[in-house]
Amino acid sequence: MDFNWLSTILFFPAVGAIIIAFISGKNDVLIRRVAAVFTAVPFILAVYLFITFDRSASAAGVIQFEENYLWIAPLTARYHLGVDGLSMPLLLLTTFLGFLAVLISWKVHERTREFFAWLLLLETSITGVFVSLDLLLFFIMWEIEVIPMYFLISIWGSGRRQYSAIKYVLYTLFGSAFMLAGILSLYFTTGTMNMIEITNGGLGMLQSAMPAAAIFWLLFIGFAVKLPMFPLHTWLPDAHTDAPTAVSVMLAGVLIKMGGYGMIRLCVSMFPESAQQYAQPLIILALIGILYGAAVTLMQTDIKRLIAYSSVSHMGYVLLGIFALGQVSMTGAALQMFSHGIVTGLLFAMAGLVIHNVEVRDLRKLGGLARQVPVMAAVFSIAGLASLGLPTTSGFAAEFLVFLGSYNSTAVPYAQVYTIIAIIGVVLTAGYILWMLQQAFFGPVKDIYTGVRDADRLEKFYMFVLVAVIMLVGIYPAILTDVFKLGISPIVGMISG
Amino acid sequence: MIPYQLIWLIMLLPLFSFIINGLVLRQFINRKSKLYGYVTITAIAVSAIFSIWALLSVAANNEEIIIPDVSWVVIDNGVNIHLGLIADQLSTMMAVVVSVVSLMVQIYSLGYMHGDEAGYYRYYTYMSLFTFSMLGLVLSDNLLFTFVFWEMVGLCSYLLIGFWFHKKSAADAAKKAFIVTRIGDFGFLAGILILFFNTGTFDIKELHELAITGVLAGTVLMWAAIGLFAGAMGKSAQFPLHVWLPDAMEGPTPVSALIHSATMVCAGVYLVARTMPMFIYSTEAINIVAIIGGFTAIFAATMGLAANDIKRVLAYSTISQIGYMMLGLGAVGMALAGEISGGELHLGTEEMLIIAKGAVAVGMFHLFTHAFFKALLFMGSGSVNHSTGTFDMRLMGGLRKTMPWTYATFLIGSLSLAGIWPLAGFWSKDEILVSAFESQKILFYLAMITVFLTAFYMFRAIYMTFHGEYKGGATDDGKDHHHTHESPWVMVGPLVFLSVLAVVAGWWNLTGAFNHFMGHEAEAAASVAGGLFGAFTHTVEGIPLPLISLLVALFGIFMAYVIYNKKWITAGSVGKVFGPLYTLVYRKYFFDELYENIIVKLVALKGLFTGFQLFDSKGVDGAVNGVAEVVTAGGRAIRHAQTGQLQLYGLFIGIGLAVIGICVYVFG
Repeated sequence: MDFNWLSTILFFPAVGAIIIAFISGKNDVLIRRVAAVFTAVPFILAVYLFITFDRSASAAGVIQFEENYLWIAPLTARYHLGVDGLSMPLLLLTTFLGFLAVLISWKVHERTREFFAWLLLLETSITGVFVSLDLLLFFIMWEIEVIPMYFLISIWGSGRRQYSAIKYVLYTLFGSAFMLAGILSLYFTTGTMNMIEITNGGLGMLQSAMPAAAIFWLLFIGFAVKLPMFPLHTWLPDAHTDAPTAVSVMLAGVLIKMGGYGMIRLCVSMFPESAQQYAQPLIILALIGILYGAAVTLMQTDIKRLIAYSSVSHMGYVLLGIFALGQVSMTGAALQMFSHGIVTGLLFAMAGLVIHNVEVRDLRKLGGLARQVPVMAAVFSIAGLASLGLPTTSGFAAEFLVFLGSYNSTAVPYAQVYTIIAIIGVVLTAGYILWMLQQAFFGPVKDIYTGVRDADRLEKFYMFVLVAVIMLVGIYPAILTDVFKLGISPIVGMISG
Repeated sequence: MIPYQLIWLIMLLPLFSFIINGLVLRQFINRKSKLYGYVTITAIAVSAIFSIWALLSVAANNEEIIIPDVSWVVIDNGVNIHLGLIADQLSTMMAVVVSVVSLMVQIYSLGYMHGDEAGYYRYYTYMSLFTFSMLGLVLSDNLLFTFVFWEMVGLCSYLLIGFWFHKKSAADAAKKAFIVTRIGDFGFLAGILILFFNTGTFDIKELHELAITGVLAGTVLMWAAIGLFAGAMGKSAQFPLHVWLPDAMEGPTPVSALIHSATMVCAGVYLVARTMPMFIYSTEAINIVAIIGGFTAIFAATMGLAANDIKRVLAYSTISQIGYMMLGLGAVGMALAGEISGGELHLGTEEMLIIAKGAVAVGMFHLFTHAFFKALLFMGSGSVNHSTGTFDMRLMGGLRKTMPWTYATFLIGSLSLAGIWPLAGFWSKDEILVSAFESQKILFYLAMITVFLTAFYMFRAIYMTFHGEYKGGATDDGKDHHHTHESPWVMVGPLVFLSVLAVVAGWWNLTGAFNHFMGHEAEAAASVAGGLFGAFTHTVEGIPLPLISLLVALFGIFMAYVIYNKKWITAGSVGKVFGPLYTLVYRKYFFDELYENIIVKLVALKGLFTGFQLFDSKGVDGAVNGVAEVVTAGGRAIRHAQTGQLQLYGLFIGIGLAVIGICVYVFG
């Protein structure tokens, strides 16, 4: 523990936010540059950590880059950070998208200072969720995220932004209420806030005050809202539709991953027996999410709303992978989280660009844009194809591992049947993605869109970076799965199959 | 003996040309430059040379070339996926077909795509990607990577059908092709998962072993095989997933020649052949292959009778001929079913392997010959279009005078397709007929009727296009098409080359050499006509089958001559006699209406999905909004009692604590 890497990554954006707060609001250029620097540094550090991360087999389940200080003595709450194989790639993803979100917001001119300050604070809080190993710290980070999100949506959003922002806050707090209850129950029954200790101690640490299943469900509801799981998903389309582009990217890219991460980190690894007991109904909800989500997606005509609903469907695969409770399926779920982060992040960035440049968001009115904006059309198509799980993109690697792992799961009865049903989703996905691409970019060229600006240099930069990562993970998924499996194998080891 | 690294290059060279064209060259040169074409052609030419070398190496030693694997993803001991290539008789033969046809198509495209406003850049970039993916599909040694490339060729097909994406019909057709084949891919993926679950491997050779030794058997094997065949049905446009292929003709014609006739749509046949041991040990699955194939052959041929668009005639013909190949692969199934007594198959491993190899030899031989003459026919129709500006045969006629080379090569292709001695199609079709005759008479009769139909619709096309009076060509593109002309040499050259192959490709098996190459030794003499002239005297079970099929084909040509050339009987009067039947065929048995208007639009989009949408906004969200309103009202109420701004937050913490209390009470 020679250098506090994680703390540096965690608080760098927050420090940036404070500095930005002191810059004159008129100095847009400086604000953007400061924001870029204070998100670029954590990203570079995260890349460094990812490279130096110990991938040897003996590192399975080991917390790396750990920091552990006493924080609130009476509660035995500690300032305890660390990453394992599960959280390391998610940390990388958060800092990566955090940096790109700043670039994506380069054209925000309204109340720039506040916008970037909130955006950076948002990154800190999300990072905090992924690196905290203390329940109190975890919960605080989880809650802080609501504040910047509320302001970002309600001030810089569009459409019914007030409604969507409030809805987002209410939903999150609704889930958090259950989660807090769960965390407090955990604390009162085990006497510790240390997540690792609770996981390792197993259910033996639970004293009789609360049954394990009850705590499992309390925690689960909190995470299920965030994931989002059917039927708790309706906040997501509204929030996405009305949020500014960069916020959509962060929301789809990393925020909802907090739900999946929490499920694995708290629900499954602390309550393996409950997870197994309730796996079947949860998988059925996952299937509903996948198919129903895809069906509703097919009905959308607003470009951002369509992508938002597709997230409901895609997160169904995550839920399926997690609760199939196999090592491969859970690795697939983790990879799906990462993949969905970059793919949907790119889709939202592109949709935002279309809306910004064309100033139309209704797919029925768009059309023929491939001639006028070829670069955007090409990148949007690649993102779409990744979203429908085309091989050589990360989407395929992730979905395939989820299917493979779920089908082979021995922990859950009828896993094969559920998996086959889930695969129907890929046909529906192809339907809505191709429909969206056709509506926006193909068909007769429309004169009213002549002169629409294509992506500029900065936009091309972040697009191509995302495309490169999507392809890299798609062609060589081992770059991530080798890390994920270190975090997941000890968890799966606790499940009797 | 070819070094194994070169096998990798067969597949990777087109990938390099894809990267060079797609990412590098575009930075420096205009999209209309022919350089893109030259890069692609060079890469594929070298690929073709290596493929032929590989084929010769395999043939010379009669054994496959061993190629080391590359590791891809390792998650735990159970999931350890490797990427490897297989270079045996089957795959090297396919590689030759793919690279040679692709090479011809790329050269031809230099002429055909000349002056297209989209330029060569996008076209050759996609074509390189396609050729890479198709060669990858063919050479892959495990089902996972077969599937990966399977999807990649689907993507290329999508991109190339929609090449002229500003036309709504093209964009629609591309989307339809992708989605319909994806329905089949659902089965393919499920099949792979079933196989992996039961065997722990994707490796094709290991799966063969397991099927042969009986480890993989029963319902598991049946469903796995049916799953794989579902994928094949989608890709190869077999009934009931055939609807996408006729629409796919919206793409540029060389694309149709390469992707939608010679290579990609035959991938389904290749997949079944590749996994033949799995099918042979599941009589249900192999019978499904035969029945679907036999039915599709005649079903598609009837639709070809009424089409007026020359490319659509060829498209139906392709579906029909692929049905033939499937029939060739599956025909042994009925014979096998006869061997079952008491639920057990009483054949030794050796006998089963011979049957499997025989079936593969029959099906693949037709794939081999068909690839050349069908690519030739498509490119011929492209040549016609180049001159007349249309694909509608009713606007053509009399072109044989102005386009002699196109006419001659198209005629050779048609004769070959119709199965006229001694052209390639005659030999390969004959073997399928023999195979069907020996196992299932009904399928045989269907196949025989199809021979007649095939000869008839092809010569209908020839008479409408090349004979009679010229009717003026396209009228809607603002160009003058009154003076037709022969296409440039860059287009005619490939036509001539392919027409030579359309004649001689069938001679490979004159004395059973092809069967021998495919490892099918035992009954080589029995099913082969025995030399060039042996065909006339060859008999199967005492019946001169080759002669009969030749006469049936000639009768088909004669009928077309009577109706469309001499007009002794007019097409209109034939149409009247068969009135409703004609409408049924002309409207493609109403499958498009059934799928698009009823199933997709009415049931799914207007019915079910709209219901879901309403449920989502009114049901799920409505309920939540109701709760939210109550809560906000509650918050407002509390606000009256308290000061400060944090009460909402506090309220929820309070609810949380209350929930703990309830939980303790309920569970505790």
